[in-house]
Amino acid sequence: MSLGREIRMQIVDRSMHARVGHIGSALSVADMLAALYGDVLGREEPQGVDRDRMVLSKGHAALALYAALVATERLDTSALDRYCADGSMLGVHPEHVVDGIDFSTGSLGQGLPVAAGAALAARLQRSARRAFVLMSDAECNEGSVWEAAMFASHHRLANLIALIDVNGQQALGYTRDVLDCEPLAERWRAFGWDVHEVDGHDAEAISATIHALDVEHGPPHLLLCRTTFGKGVSFMESRIEWHYLPLDAEQHARALAELRA
Amino acid sequence: MRAAFASALTRLAEEDERVVLLTGDLGFMVWEPFAERFPDRFLNVGVAEQNMIGLATGLAEAGLRPYCYSIATFASLRPYEFVRNGPILHQLPVRIVGVGAGLDYGHNGVTHYALEDVAVMRAQPDISIVAPADPDQAVAALREVHELPGPTYLRIGKEPGVVPGLEGRFRLGGIETIGDGGDAVVVALGTMARDAIRAAELLRESGVDTTVAIVSSVRPSPAEELSDVLQRADLAVTVEAHYVDGGIGSLVAEVIAEHGVDCRLVRCGIREMPRGLTGSPDYLKGRLGLDAESIADAALRALERA
Repeated sequence: MSLGREIRMQIVDRSMHARVGHIGSALSVADMLAALYGDVLGREEPQGVDRDRMVLSKGHAALALYAALVATERLDTSALDRYCADGSMLGVHPEHVVDGIDFSTGSLGQGLPVAAGAALAARLQRSARRAFVLMSDAECNEGSVWEAAMFASHHRLANLIALIDVNGQQALGYTRDVLDCEPLAERWRAFGWDVHEVDGHDAEAISATIHALDVEHGPPHLLLCRTTFGKGVSFMESRIEWHYLPLDAEQHARALAELRA
Repeated sequence: MRAAFASALTRLAEEDERVVLLTGDLGFMVWEPFAERFPDRFLNVGVAEQNMIGLATGLAEAGLRPYCYSIATFASLRPYEFVRNGPILHQLPVRIVGVGAGLDYGHNGVTHYALEDVAVMRAQPDISIVAPADPDQAVAALREVHELPGPTYLRIGKEPGVVPGLEGRFRLGGIETIGDGGDAVVVALGTMARDAIRAAELLRESGVDTTVAIVSSVRPSPAEELSDVLQRADLAVTVEAHYVDGGIGSLVAEVIAEHGVDCRLVRCGIREMPRGLTGSPDYLKGRLGLDAESIADAALRALERA
């Protein structure tokens, strides 16, 4: 089974048992996280100072991150068994106290500034480590994203690699209707970034694009990953309500059956 | 105080290569020596305070010691949620340096007055809050907080005046006292210490023996030492270039209540947003009841000696 499919099965399963939502957002980043955790990110010790840093800035997709960490043996599966249980460290949004998670997130617009700081630290400390950040397209509504975008290109942070999950949806509607952020590629290029457009459900293409980046010289990098919200579960795909809705037992069975097929 | 602080931080950067200075495009005629000496560790991030705190979070997580400099309102209020979810949540040694305590930016108007910076930082657990009273104490405080493992908010004044008798003493979690009168204690937040000392002199002339307690370490809380001083007095007058709610007026009220101290409290501070009110800091203090005469009058009224 592909890592992306493994992550999706966990998302559907765990969210049903925890009776929580944000399922569609998690499904849309499954293949991006599969590329990062299955291939791109190194396997250094979780506390090693020279490890790559990764910020899941769209913190509401944390379940996909937990699933990726478990599937790649960075996090014990017993921790995921307690997802959203009373007293669990694994909530809907990720916290840095969990093994394998570098930064706590959940408030949109904070991840890129932090990742830029992590990239800048590597430069000051003459470390080869890279800083990754995964944002949502609607997150670009936040002004702080553009503060950091300006800073990173001005300072030529070549070791900063941002991925945006362009699923075209946000909490209450389609991004084009709520606050249109397109043309994203032109906007980010105008801010001085090295922009690549990729299929956000093609983990191999995402990996290959990242491996080909010059992370020592030049501008910071952005992968605009075009995705389908709710990818892999037909009744969720591109449906606004699955930003928040939890699954019932019948929907859960249908979703798992589709993912197994 | 600002110049002394800048010199001390530059010296600290000589000794500690983890020191990185970020500024939100402020510090003309302040940071040039640092920038020339450490060009790689001086970053003018532009007018972008949210990003500044986010950057500092990433820098500190990697083991560096970022100092983030701006005018106190811009340093504390604009990026507040970044402070909360960054250095406080991650327990990282980010230093937020807000210049312009209270009314220091008098002619610039209310957008530049830091009137609630201490209150909003007090609302967060796990961030040290330090408001030095004069240049020597600012230098001592910088040395004290530099090695703290968690975040710190430093409220730095602009004026060069020295507090007589303080001699640069500073202790985290402590207060510094001037005099030992038993009738009243005037509790001053940081830069209000000199006005408090002048008020205490006026009170002594009126027959009220007065102690001045200078609060520069707001957190760690000086509650124990404050309690000891308050136990010995009939009246406490708090003096702060800050709104009365959330600053040391509130702190002293909490100490009195929680320690069961039998002491009357009068809070001198700012009670309404000073819209359309500009002028020199001394002028503003007079208008807002924070000059020595107003402080002494408030004490005498409470003691029914006015």
